Amino acid sequence: MPKRVLLGLLLAGGLTAPALAQEPKTGGVINAVIQPEPPGLMLAQVQNGPVQMVSGNIFEGLLRYSPKLEPLPELAESWSVSEDAKTYTFKLKKGVTWHDGKPFTAADVLFSIEMLKQTHARARSNLVQVDKIETPDDYTVVFTLKQPFGPFLGIFEVGSMPIVPKHLYEGTDWKTNPYNNAPVGTGPFMFKEWQKGSFIRLVKNPNYHEKGKPYLDEIYWQIIPDAAARSVAYETGKVDVLPGGSVENFDVPRLSKLKDTCVTGAGWEFFSPLAWLWLNNRQGPLADKRVRQAIMYAIDRDFAKDVIWNGLGKVATGPSASTIKFYTDDVPKYPYNPAKAKALLKEAGYKGEKIRLLPLAYGETWQRWGEAVKQNLQDVGMNIETIATDVAGGNQKIGDWDYDIAFTYLYQYGDPALGVGRNYVSSNIAKGQVFNNVEGYSNPEIDKLFADGATATPDSKRKEIYDKAQKILVEDVPVAWMLELQFPTITRCKVKNLITTGIGVNDGFKDAWLDK
Amino acid sequence: MLSFVAQRVVKGVIVLLAIVILNFFLIRLAPGDPAIVMAGEAGASDQVFVKQLREKFGLDKPLPEQLFIYVKGVATLDLGFSFRQQEPVAKLIGERLPATLLLTLTAFAISLMLGILFGTFAARFAGTFLDTGITIFALIFYAMPIFWVALMGILLFSVTVDWLPSFGYETVGANLTGLAHAVDVAKHLIMPAMTLGLFFMATYTRMTRASMLEVKRLDFVKTARAKGLSDAVIQRRHVLRNALLPVVTLAGVHAGTLIGGAVITETVFAWPGIGRLMYDALLQRDYNLLLGVFVTCSVMVLIFNLITDLVYRLVDPRIEYAT
Repeated sequence: MPKRVLLGLLLAGGLTAPALAQEPKTGGVINAVIQPEPPGLMLAQVQNGPVQMVSGNIFEGLLRYSPKLEPLPELAESWSVSEDAKTYTFKLKKGVTWHDGKPFTAADVLFSIEMLKQTHARARSNLVQVDKIETPDDYTVVFTLKQPFGPFLGIFEVGSMPIVPKHLYEGTDWKTNPYNNAPVGTGPFMFKEWQKGSFIRLVKNPNYHEKGKPYLDEIYWQIIPDAAARSVAYETGKVDVLPGGSVENFDVPRLSKLKDTCVTGAGWEFFSPLAWLWLNNRQGPLADKRVRQAIMYAIDRDFAKDVIWNGLGKVATGPSASTIKFYTDDVPKYPYNPAKAKALLKEAGYKGEKIRLLPLAYGETWQRWGEAVKQNLQDVGMNIETIATDVAGGNQKIGDWDYDIAFTYLYQYGDPALGVGRNYVSSNIAKGQVFNNVEGYSNPEIDKLFADGATATPDSKRKEIYDKAQKILVEDVPVAWMLELQFPTITRCKVKNLITTGIGVNDGFKDAWLDK
Repeated sequence: MLSFVAQRVVKGVIVLLAIVILNFFLIRLAPGDPAIVMAGEAGASDQVFVKQLREKFGLDKPLPEQLFIYVKGVATLDLGFSFRQQEPVAKLIGERLPATLLLTLTAFAISLMLGILFGTFAARFAGTFLDTGITIFALIFYAMPIFWVALMGILLFSVTVDWLPSFGYETVGANLTGLAHAVDVAKHLIMPAMTLGLFFMATYTRMTRASMLEVKRLDFVKTARAKGLSDAVIQRRHVLRNALLPVVTLAGVHAGTLIGGAVITETVFAWPGIGRLMYDALLQRDYNLLLGVFVTCSVMVLIFNLITDLVYRLVDPRIEYAT
């Protein structure tokens, strides 16, 4: 007899409680910035930040996640896990309709998963442990796993598994389907208009399945390619919401001081962006662990946080951000200590060989950070050459392992099995690709720990495994962890309840309202 | 004249073909693979996914075959499919071209009119305080980078005095029609068009001034003066008209440069034109879209050059339609 763990309704009650404390007002239009312009809005086919930020209002997933990463109901109203942790049963919400009026059923979920397996690399790897999916009735979906998979309940948010309408896509060429540019979802807002290069307009879904929501009438996503111009647009009152990363960091303090402006770093708990330096473990001085450790000691990460990131974020302690599951800070520490760095370099026999540093071409903040790191490393006697490149060129170099040190930041998706292990296990070393184990670190013990960690039960066992993995990695320094990034969301204070989950503005504006 | 135009069109087609082939290889020489860019944005990059993307966009085929497919497409006016935006390139360019034409042609008109006007005054009052003033004014705008003028314009006219909008083509959500809409677009157009126009105005001012001073010394001007013509008529009908030839040549050459300037101007002012489309396509290595924009710009430059040749004839009747 499976043990039923009905969490959904309970958590739904918990989420709405703070919203009720302040009576939401309906109506109004929000102007938000989207940067860069999304290449499309069909989230099942194109996955990047801007696509999710807009489409997260149009499409929905089975679940959302609280800031503490507990699952919350969305298209699934409840779920249960069998005692052997291999069967997950989702009960879908009844009475949900697509924006064209057709009912949403379990068949849509099944179809979406088939599509995502072909079009969504992350979904495909998340679903690798699934043995079969059944839909005993229109409102039940049962996933049976090959073996227990700890993070399974963490793969159902809208960006990881968007649910798409079967009736509009089945039997069509997905790539050229006209609904790709006029998407139809079940979400709180409906697609209305997209003037390429200018704006995307979404309007309220009057038949939304959560009664009374959404509160806003319309959202305009303004497309402004220049960072300074985005700051001005906020300053002159033309936009009300600057989602994280919309403006350069040095503009944040100035904009924060403007009248009626509220700033929050919340809403990134699910993604937990962690910045680090790829260190090419294969060749040259960086193949020596002591040189890699020296780099950790040489870099003043507090300076980076306080000056370059204006005090936002947190110095990283290791491969996991402190916001994701099974994080531990019980790991070796690398405080800023140039003397120790110099000693380690000497011990490793470093003789001033040239080391190529690739900054990240994501704008001024990253450029400055590249300069600061170069300075830190030069101060301890390293011979650093900066290679200037754009994002595409940089990715190519990193994918071809043609670098020594390279900046990056990656999302962690709440669980080490989803967003941490991929960068350190040796099965993920593959030339020509990025964001895998491009540093070339190979340690059979780490491979085993991450493999065990994904399938172990219960959570206490998983924690034990990941604690050990974190300690080994921090000792070995396969990459140099820098900061847990925080991208501040800047809004007019009249915009209420914009961020209610751990996915933040990437999860839609359904709870947001305007205090006019 | 018709045979002249026909011959120029044939030459233009050959030039266009050369541009397509050259750019096709040039773009692919730049490091960066569109499939990796897209896979990277998806937050995951496994071999299957990258291979799938390459197959989907035909990037797995040998280069000569890709070129053949592309040239065949261009010959039938099919500019291909944008990898990234998942739409036909012609449609994407078609949506953006009117905004770029409006911006560049306005800027072109502003630069030419002001340039010739200021150049004429400077030449007329050469060596005076007015001449020095105009020269300094022109040099300032010639020397300042376009993005800087743009940002200073925004700071002054949008932030400080709040007269003009800082970004966009129209007021989003205002749903204006008719004259109100035209006025709204014009308000949005002033700053980008002036920013782009002032840079080119400076060169026309300098060119007109130098050219007029040159022509003024020629014998036929003395003859005209000896005939007793008024100074205004001499300046307008004899000096200016002859002095304009190099300005027209320069304007023809600038037609292409204007598009280059438009990339920066459109980016700073969020003007939804093809300059920005080109910039985004470049960053994303969206080969087909980038090539499509190049082809469009090349066609525009060829048309501008043809117009320049025809205008020569109008300015100077002595010029034959030599081929």
